[in-house]
Amino acid sequence: MNSSPTSGEGRTGAAPPSQVEVEPINRRSFLGVLLGFGAMVVGAALSVPLLRFALHPLLTKTTDIGWSDIGKIEEFASLTAPMKKLITVDQRDGWRKIVSEKAIYVLPAKDGVLRVLSPICPHLGCSIPWVEAKQQFICPCHTAIFTLDGIRVSGPAPRPMDDLESKVEEGVLKVRYQYFRQLIPTREVLA
Amino acid sequence: MADALTPNGKPNEPHLNRRRRIYRWFDVRIGVGSLMHEALDEPIPGGARWAYVFGSVLLFLFISQTITGIFLALYYAPTADHAHTTLAYIVKEVTGGSFLRSLHAYGSSAVVIVMLLHLTQTFLYGAYKGRREVLWISGCALLGLMLAMAFTGYLLPWDQKAYFATTVGTNMASEVPLIGSTLKRLMRGGNEMGTLTLSRFFVGHVFLLPGAILGLIAAHVFLFRKAGAAGPPSEDPINPKLPTERFYPRQVLMDTVVALLMICVLGLFSYFSPTELGPKANPADTQYVPRPEWFYLPVFQWLKYFKGSLSIVGIVVIPTLTAILVVGLPFFDRRLERRPWRRPIAVGIYLAIMATLITFGWLSRHEDQLDPAIAKQVAKQNEETERFMREPFEPEAAASSLSAPNVSVLDPAAVAGKKIYDGESCDACHGENGVGTNAGPKLAGATAQKSAEELTKLLRHPTPKMIEGEMKPVEIPDEDLKALVAYLKSLK
Repeated sequence: MNSSPTSGEGRTGAAPPSQVEVEPINRRSFLGVLLGFGAMVVGAALSVPLLRFALHPLLTKTTDIGWSDIGKIEEFASLTAPMKKLITVDQRDGWRKIVSEKAIYVLPAKDGVLRVLSPICPHLGCSIPWVEAKQQFICPCHTAIFTLDGIRVSGPAPRPMDDLESKVEEGVLKVRYQYFRQLIPTREVLA
Repeated sequence: MADALTPNGKPNEPHLNRRRRIYRWFDVRIGVGSLMHEALDEPIPGGARWAYVFGSVLLFLFISQTITGIFLALYYAPTADHAHTTLAYIVKEVTGGSFLRSLHAYGSSAVVIVMLLHLTQTFLYGAYKGRREVLWISGCALLGLMLAMAFTGYLLPWDQKAYFATTVGTNMASEVPLIGSTLKRLMRGGNEMGTLTLSRFFVGHVFLLPGAILGLIAAHVFLFRKAGAAGPPSEDPINPKLPTERFYPRQVLMDTVVALLMICVLGLFSYFSPTELGPKANPADTQYVPRPEWFYLPVFQWLKYFKGSLSIVGIVVIPTLTAILVVGLPFFDRRLERRPWRRPIAVGIYLAIMATLITFGWLSRHEDQLDPAIAKQVAKQNEETERFMREPFEPEAAASSLSAPNVSVLDPAAVAGKKIYDGESCDACHGENGVGTNAGPKLAGATAQKSAEELTKLLRHPTPKMIEGEMKPVEIPDEDLKALVAYLKSLK
């Protein structure tokens, strides 16, 4: 700002202004600027790999659950009832992977399209078995009942059984295993 | 200067004026001016020289090692189970990981090289003379601690090279009289190399040694400032007579130029020839030919000449004598004469030690090449390292990974029982093969310990606690229940 020189000087109080602090300012030479500039350029260049290194987990998706194989598509061609299959889910956690086995249901094909259901009850999370004798999914905990397509018939479940994202690749049915929030009427993926 | 006060009353350039006011604001409160004066106005008799840059460059390298080290610790786990996987993760997966790790590894070599140059300069210029004994000793201590940093850091990747070189290194400690075997067990955290060794080396490398080094660097710089810069060899070390030049700007510029060059060279090496990681340490490997880092090769070679009971001479006696000679130098060489050509004995001894080190280092490489068996094994080891580096990163399966055991049910009753187990939806809560879910407890292992009668009773009449957990009485024919119990008994 355009303040008068005396006001700045007054702040040093009793000390005579001439000798004390003028020196380092005076010696701010061309070399100093050069040094500062060079150090800043190299410092900035070096901080790039450091930052990228530290931010690696944010720049890559390592915690995502990938696709798991269910089986060859022919296996499910002539299904008449939901078929329970165990899949292996590999979840990456930095340098580790967490391997777990999960159950899923493959539904009989409709118009050539296979659906995959999560067996986890949208009510309170029990695993729902397919009851062959009654041709229904019946949850053993609070007897929520679903049709062959997973549509709610009766019981406390707030919504139908949850669909899992699936695809067919090179003749193999694959699924992306996910968990969904319980006790709500809409299907919402749990992070 | 343009930003000086304007006695003639003309308005100053506003931005300079502001800068000056900010400076003064800080100066009044924290004394920037006196700090800068203290740091930058050190007088150097005879003026700035390129020969004086090594101390500053070492400080710079130490800072670089600290920063890269802290960043590496972001992904490193110091246990024998995980160390190598985390290193492989850093090198193969993490963005810029290979570069940073190489910068840290090459940086340690650079520290050793510049330390030797710093020592050589101080020695040849006779800059340890004239009441500088404590300053010299603090420098020697720093040299020792830095070598300890290199030794402890070498183990941390937990690859073959690291494991076997450190096995040899810690074995050497057992030659120390009286406390040798205790010392070795102290370093290893037991009789054998293992995860406790790694923890110890990690704590030393990351907490203890850097802390001690920081303190000693402060002491070293303080003592250097107390004694004053010694100047060229012709100068009187106690009462300098040559005209002086201040540390800033020319010496600072020289120091910075060399430091920046240094980091550029390290950067180029790290980028174009990154440090490799070998396969994970395999203690069962009996073929492995361990070789230490290059700056330990002379010692390694040296030890070959002292066999059996004589090895104490090579490992303890001669190194101790050499250390005493080096540390005690300012006490043995008390004359104030600094010019190297007037100190033939001292310079002669120094050159002899250096020549010996270089010769032994060279001999070690040479002998390895001459011995076909060793040359072949070393080539094989290099090949294994290359192969490991080409393989994609393989994440480690977490111990908490849950996978239903592939139970092979042999007992026919148990086979029938499994059908009932699945049919009655026991698996809905107790999981596939009784591994348990969040809805029901794990059965595998637990049910096998109970008697058939006890299980039958529990299934027919669950305890109140079981009922509370949503377990329902099993209402199936006795025959089926028998099969179910047989199956439950088979779950291990």
